[in-house]
This record gives sequence, C-alpha cells and structure tokens, in this order.
Amino acid sequence: MSLEMYLDLFSQPCRSVYIFAKKNDIQFDYKKISLFEGYQYSEEYGKINLLRKVPAIKDGDFCLAESVAIMLYLAEKFHTPDHWYPADLQKCARVNEYLSWQHSAIRIHGSKMFWFKLLIPKALEVEIPKEKMDNAVEDLNASLNLFEEKFLQDRPFIVGDQISLADLVAIVEIMQPVGAGMDVFENRPKLKAWKDRVRAEIGAELFDEAHQAILYAQEAVKTMDPKKMEHFKPKILRYFLS
Amino acid sequence: MAGRQAVKAYLDLVSQACRAVLIFLKDNKIPHTVENIAIRKGQHKTPEFTKLNPMQKLPVLEDNGFVLTESDAILKYLATAYNVPDHWYPKLPEKRARVDEYTAWNHANTRIHISSIFLHEGLLPLMGQPTHPEKLEKVLADLDGTLDKLENVFLKNQPFLCGDDISLADLLAVCELMQPLCSGRDILKDRPKLLSWRSRVQSALSDSFDEAHSVVYQIREKFTAKLSPCLKQATL
Repeated sequence: MSLEMYLDLFSQPCRSVYIFAKKNDIQFDYKKISLFEGYQYSEEYGKINLLRKVPAIKDGDFCLAESVAIMLYLAEKFHTPDHWYPADLQKCARVNEYLSWQHSAIRIHGSKMFWFKLLIPKALEVEIPKEKMDNAVEDLNASLNLFEEKFLQDRPFIVGDQISLADLVAIVEIMQPVGAGMDVFENRPKLKAWKDRVRAEIGAELFDEAHQAILYAQEAVKTMDPKKMEHFKPKILRYFLS
Repeated sequence: MAGRQAVKAYLDLVSQACRAVLIFLKDNKIPHTVENIAIRKGQHKTPEFTKLNPMQKLPVLEDNGFVLTESDAILKYLATAYNVPDHWYPKLPEKRARVDEYTAWNHANTRIHISSIFLHEGLLPLMGQPTHPEKLEKVLADLDGTLDKLENVFLKNQPFLCGDDISLADLLAVCELMQPLCSGRDILKDRPKLLSWRSRVQSALSDSFDEAHSVVYQIREKFTAKLSPCLKQATL
C-alpha cells in the first residue's frame, strides 16, 4: 500500500504538501503533473480528483483533495511533531484560523499577482488594464499588512515560538508573486525576517528545491508556446478580467 | 463542562457563516450569549470591534478571553471543546479528512459565488445602487458549476456531503445555499438531489435552522415587496 501525491510545484498548495511530506520523511510516490499541459482535465486524473485541482493524494484506495485537508490527514496518520498542528485546543484554533482566512486573502491576491504580472501578459499575450493591476497590488498589500499586524505580530511564527502548518501555507502563497518578479519583502523587514526563519526551519535546501520551478517562472515563460495556452485563455480571461 | 463560562458570539445573521455558528451553538446546547453586530450599520468597523477583530469580519467567538475568528476555526474549536457528537467532526482520520476537504473547498467555491449573487442581486438593488446583469449572469453560471460538483463529487449517493451523517460540511454548505433566498432565488429548485439533501439537513437541525434563517425570510419579504411586480415575477 503506497501513498501517491499528484503535484505541480508551480502551484502553491502543492509546494506546502511537498515540503510537509519531505520534511517529515513521509514516503510517497511523486506523481509529477503539469497544469499547463492540462493534465488535470484528463480522464486518468478524474479517477483521482474530480474537482480537477491539485494537489491530490491517493493513500491506498483513499483519495483526498485540498492541501489543508491533505496535510491535516498526513499529520495525524504519520504522527508528525506536535508543533505542525498542536494538540493544544487554542493553538490548534489559531492554526485553523489562519488556514481558513488565507483562502480568500493572501491566496487569492498572491495568485492574481502571478497571473497579472507574468502569465497573462507573457504567456497569453494579453495586457492587464492599469486600474485592475493597481487594485490587485493594493489588495495584496492589504493582505500582507493584515498578515503582519494580526497573524504574525511580534511572534517568531504565526502561532508562537515554533513553525506550524499556518507558516508553511503562508510562505508558499507569499512566494508566488515573487515568482512573477515582485519583491514582496521589499520595505517589509518583519516579513523578510519571518520568511528567513521559516526557510531555516524547513531547511534551505528543501525550501529552495520546492521553489525552484516558481522562481524560474520568468525564464520558463519565455520558452512557453502561447498556442499551448490557447485552451486556457478564455477561461482565464473570464475569471480574472471580466 | 461544569463551571465553564458561556461563550460569546458576535454575529450578524445576514451572514451565512454567522448562521452556521449560531445553529451549531443551539443544536449542541452550548451555553452562549449573542452580541448582534449589524453589518448594514457599519458596526463591524467601529474602533471597538476592530480591536476585537482587525479583519472587521464576522463571526467572532470569545471564550473567556480567548478571541477566535473564522467560522471554520470556530466550529472546529467548539466541536472539540464541547465534545459534541462525533458525526459533526469525526475523529476517524479518513472521515475527518472529508469534512476538512469540504470546509477548505467551500471558501473559493460555494462561498465566493454565493456572496457575489447576494451582492449583485440582493444588496445592490436594496441599497438603490446600479446593478450589472451581465456580472450576475456570469456568477450564476459559475455557481452552476459549483453545484454540479457539490452533487457529483461530494454528495454522490450519500445522505449527507461527507457520509451517512450530518457534519460541519453540511452546516456550512446549507447556510451558504440559503443566502440567495434573500433576493427570492432558490438556486436548488431544479436540482432534486440537492433539494432532498437540504430537507434532510433542515430536519436534522429543526428549530435552530429556522430560528437562524428567520432573517433571510424577512429580507426576502422586504426584497419582493420593494421590487416592481414584473421583476418580482422574474426572480420567483
């Protein structure tokens, strides 16, 4: 019985699951897939996850989607160190609070910046109207401000002295706009210091390995064939620009 | 939990997430007080409330000095702290994972489209603001896709979203799916499978469901009374 993980490291939630599994020496069969190739729409992938998103896992016969659900499941099954998802009720609630909030805040705004600054102009060859770009930057900044003021405050990590799933999910999302060439840490020394701590806790080698694809995105996009992205184009433009 | 002080819930029952919290508190007989915060009056933006929750959002739970935001986190906290029946948030990892999977997916799928419909079809007209019919059409189409997934990926042939019993997933989903009733729209009316599911959830929750949703019914009355007869006809 083996654990299969379906991941594309361009995707933020795939990175958090990948890092979590590797950091905790969880053995898995790495099913590397490409979102840009459209694998998530294949019949084969439909047997794993009909929600057509990544990440997804298959543990024996048990299939599961959603990175938060996956990591909570793995934490329980593999008895990972307590600090990732504390047994203490209030600390656990703080992790859940962040994991919930981030869906409609940093995740959306960070994702959008990556599409707006890189993929839509460079791979889809469509220009983003200035007003939409300015609003997107403003939204991301507002989320980062809340992150620093409410979730981080003066603590080393979100929940306290130790890294948790909250920090892991936060860092992979915050790195997404970095992949588009946006230095989110500029003029944010507190955020930078937290990022350095998180990277050190995860292990620089593992962190960098997981982020290799996204940090290479600006180069990768130059060799991307716009024709391959044609089937995505209407859906993406409708989602982001209508 | 003898000797434990009641929790305090800051709620506005116009909000889907707030209704889920209230229903959970009542259904599980968790001692609580409610402080009503009226979003329409901007009470979530006062300096006092902002101090409590810098995100200026609802619901908020206060448990003897411990302040918690985000309905997912609040429900999971209450389920554990008050040792409620296991079906709400099962301890068995595979069953728990299914609930976690839905509560995560809910944010960027059910909730976001429902909130948009409420904005475009409910709030904007009620406030006398200009509406954007093409945006509403787009959101309704997006919601349709979401409802397909709800039926075929989550519910399938089960009585409830995550299995044989009601869970936090059903509670959150049903409160979301009730929201468009505010503008007189029953988004489940052509989906018998989801209609049956909603009935099962309502039966399981009985009084607490109706009590929490009385605000929705009131808004629907106000909405249909305010609009012209031909628009009323179109939305019913």
